[in-house]
Amino acid sequence: MSETTPAVTQATLVKKAAPKSDYKPADVSPQRRVQRSFAVRLWSVRHSRLLEWFYAKFADMFLLLHPLWKGIGYGRVEGPIKFVEKRVKGFMFDCRMCGQCILSSTGMSCPMNCPKQLRNGPCGGVRANGNCEVEPDMPCVWVKAWEGSQNMVHGDSILTVQKPVDQSLRETSAWLRVTAQAAAAREAAAAAKNGAANTGAPA
Amino acid sequence: MIGRQRDENPDGIHLPLAPLPGHTSRGRLERVLRRGEFAVTTELNPPDSADPEDVYNRAKIFDGWVDAINAVDASGANCHMSSVGICALLTRMGYAPIMQIACRDKNRIAIQGDVLGGAAMGVANMLCLTGDGVQAGDQPGAKPVFDLDCMSLLETCRIMRDNGKFLSGRKLTTPPQLFLGAAINPFAPPIDFRPHRLGKKIASGAQFVQSQYCFDVPMFRTYMQKVRDLGYTEKCFILVGVGPLASAKTAKWIRSNVPGIHIPDSIIKRLEGAQDQKKEGKQLCIDIINEVKEISGVSGVHVMAYRQEEYVAEIVDESGVLKGRQPWKREIRRDDQMVADRLESILHDDITETQVDMVKTAH
Repeated sequence: MSETTPAVTQATLVKKAAPKSDYKPADVSPQRRVQRSFAVRLWSVRHSRLLEWFYAKFADMFLLLHPLWKGIGYGRVEGPIKFVEKRVKGFMFDCRMCGQCILSSTGMSCPMNCPKQLRNGPCGGVRANGNCEVEPDMPCVWVKAWEGSQNMVHGDSILTVQKPVDQSLRETSAWLRVTAQAAAAREAAAAAKNGAANTGAPA
Repeated sequence: MIGRQRDENPDGIHLPLAPLPGHTSRGRLERVLRRGEFAVTTELNPPDSADPEDVYNRAKIFDGWVDAINAVDASGANCHMSSVGICALLTRMGYAPIMQIACRDKNRIAIQGDVLGGAAMGVANMLCLTGDGVQAGDQPGAKPVFDLDCMSLLETCRIMRDNGKFLSGRKLTTPPQLFLGAAINPFAPPIDFRPHRLGKKIASGAQFVQSQYCFDVPMFRTYMQKVRDLGYTEKCFILVGVGPLASAKTAKWIRSNVPGIHIPDSIIKRLEGAQDQKKEGKQLCIDIINEVKEISGVSGVHVMAYRQEEYVAEIVDESGVLKGRQPWKREIRRDDQMVADRLESILHDDITETQVDMVKTAH
């Protein structure tokens, strides 16, 4: 019989990172500790101004393509666009696909990465070193968000109060939704203008 | 003392007070604050039992010293009697509870139901909190909910009160009358964002805020300076969180284990140098109260004396923040006295009357 090496599973690592004997009320953070680094996410926050500019251009481009999306059908492009969006934003921001992206109001730091999923600012538990209360090794999403927003042109949008997350929009493309809404708003504005012009014209 | 006190409904102590113009609730705390009096609130240590007497006994030690009592919602993510349950008991006895609502354990459906239920029981004050993470408590394996955050919770309560609607837009037949509160922590990073965050809370509906434990007065002073500059002190009553530290050892433990509490080294040094650390902790608390009450924009103190509740009265008394005023106190009322007088004669006098005799004497 060949000697079997015990398989190192995620669960084993988690157990190792948080032995029960060392239990401390505010210091249980097994999962994230062994899972990943935050390098790319933090890069995005540091380059929030660049990303803000890029995002604005990107949104314009998507809006220009509105006839295309409409032609194919928003429902039909949802699949492929979501596939791309999930991977691109997943890599850049550790996106959780809440479907209602507010990165531009949060200094390009995704608030859904907060263990409490706060969308309106940091909780009172932020550690003195600026790390998370729940996950001591992770820099607080909102400390980073504040830093990121300070670099941005429209950084003060961090002060707007965000509505609760609509869970029914999870796993849908925020890009397409925003584009569809912008297109609808544009059409409504155009219609209102035409209406005003028609009624305003002398009979 | 027999007779009606200032903020009391003549028809029964458990009933809401008469509505006043400019007031959104029918509670005592809002009246005290709007009159410009220095308010004192405290926290009831929730029992791990199903005995109502435990709640009454714990509330009784604050009698006549505080304006409102926080009913905590599983603070520190530790399981205790629910805040709704504590509020039900306290309102029955005429106390003014501040019902804490944490977003950790309940989703928006449960929370809106509790807001209505609480208001129906006569809870006038609700404190909207995010809540500690489940990792901090005795059951770290629990599922954290966090469906709303403190901000959207405040907004939800405000919409229910002012628009008479659920978050879904469905109408309420009778909207709750509430005085809405929130928590602030001026002592955690990002420090320069904290005053703006208070602004966001006010925009979402906060009318009063209670702060995290304040041990660093200079830091709090700079925070208040910023808050005053932004004009928030006119829109919101700020109550400073204070409390006695039992010893230098506890202080150190709190500092390293309880998230969000900032204790400077000088405080620990002062405690370590003292003969009687517990007494020094109390004195320290009184000194901090005396310092913060002078800061303009501070409307009251929130005394959190966890497991040292018996000191609350002494702290309030010795700091003199009430300036001779006595908050509402549960006492014998005139009708209670009448009932007692009559029962006295029935219970103790040895008389056996027949129905016929009674009719005769009555004529």
